[in-house]
Amino acid sequence: MARRENPEINAGSMADIAFLLLIFFLVTTTMDVDSGISKRLAEKPPKNYEPPKIKQKNIFEISINRNNQLFVDGQVMEMKGLREAALNFIDNGGGLGNAKEGEEAKPCDYCQGAKDPESSDHPNKAIIAVESDRATEYGTYIIVQNELLSAYSELRNRLSQKKYNMSYPELEEAFKASGRKDESLRKKVEFIKTSYPQIITDIDPTDVN
Amino acid sequence: MAKFGKKKKGLPPVSTASLPDIVFMLLFFFMVTTTMRETDLKIDSPRLPSASEVKKLEHKSLVTTIYVGKAKETGKYGTGYNRIQLNDKIGTPDQIPAFIENARSKVSETEVPFMTTSIKADKESNVGTLSDIRLKLRDVNALKLSLSTQKGDAIKK
Repeated sequence: MARRENPEINAGSMADIAFLLLIFFLVTTTMDVDSGISKRLAEKPPKNYEPPKIKQKNIFEISINRNNQLFVDGQVMEMKGLREAALNFIDNGGGLGNAKEGEEAKPCDYCQGAKDPESSDHPNKAIIAVESDRATEYGTYIIVQNELLSAYSELRNRLSQKKYNMSYPELEEAFKASGRKDESLRKKVEFIKTSYPQIITDIDPTDVN
Repeated sequence: MAKFGKKKKGLPPVSTASLPDIVFMLLFFFMVTTTMRETDLKIDSPRLPSASEVKKLEHKSLVTTIYVGKAKETGKYGTGYNRIQLNDKIGTPDQIPAFIENARSKVSETEVPFMTTSIKADKESNVGTLSDIRLKLRDVNALKLSLSTQKGDAIKK
C-alpha cells in the first residue's frame, strides 16, 4: 500500500470561527467608564464633640424640600440662579480668612466679589450647607451638588487662568503628566485648591441640632 | 502584433490570507478589554442623573458598588425606588457595614484607604436612602464616596 500523505487541515474556516468569537465579545463588552461626583464624608465625630462656632454669615444654607423646591438663605430660588448665588457667596471676601500656619489672617486678595460685610468673609471660611428632606428626589440633590461644584470650578479656573495662564483642569493634567512629581506644579495645584477649598456639607435629614 | 494587449489579464484577487490575523488581533483586543458584569441586577438598571462636574473612577478593583432603585420583583419588594442592592441580593442599610468589610477583606491592607464606594442610584430614589447609606458608611469609616452620574447637563433647558 502506498503511504498516504497527511491531508492538510483546511484553514479556510478559521476566519469564520474568529469572526464568530469576535462578534460575541463585541456584543458583550461594556466599556463604561464609571464617573461620578466624588464626595468625602466627614469622619464620625467623637462623643461629646463640640462643633466649632461658625458665624451665620459664613454659612450658605440651601434647603431642598420634598417637592424639590429650593430655599436658599431665606428665600425661594430657582435652580438656575443657584450657581450664581453660590459663586457670589464664595467669592465675596468681606473679611479676614482663616490664618495659615505662621501667618496672620489676611483678607482675600484674589476675590472679585462684592465685599459685602453681611456675606462670607473668605473662601476658606465659606461653608455651604445642603439640607434635604428625606423625600427629596436624588436627581434634584445631584443637580444642586453639581451646580455648587461648578461654581467652585469656575472660581478655581479664573484664579488659575489669572495666575498661571492655564485653566485648572489643564494645570491638574500637567501635574498628572509629570507623574505627580513636579514640585512647582504641585505647589500651584495646592495653591488653587486651598484658595477655593470645596466646603460642602450635607446636613442629615434626621439630624436635629 | 501579438505582443500587445492580447492577453486577458483579470484583476489579481485580493489576498485574504492575512484576514484571520487581523480578526484575531481584534478578537484578542476585545477579549482583554471586556469585563463581564459580575453581579446581575436585582433592580431595574438605575437611570443615573446627569452632571457635568464629574470625576472618573480610577482603580476598578478598589471600587465597591451599591445600587439603589426599583426592585425587579415588585411583588415582593414593592414599586418604590428605594431598594438597595448589595452584591447580588436586595438588602437593608444595616447590612452595609458587613458588605464593606467583606469588600475590604479582598484587597491588601495598604489599599484600604483608597477604596471608594460608588453609589449608583436612580434619579427618582430619595435622599433619605442616600443619607441612610451615608451614615452606615461613616460608621465603618468608608469615607470616599462617588455618586455615579452620566455626563451631561444637569439642568434641562
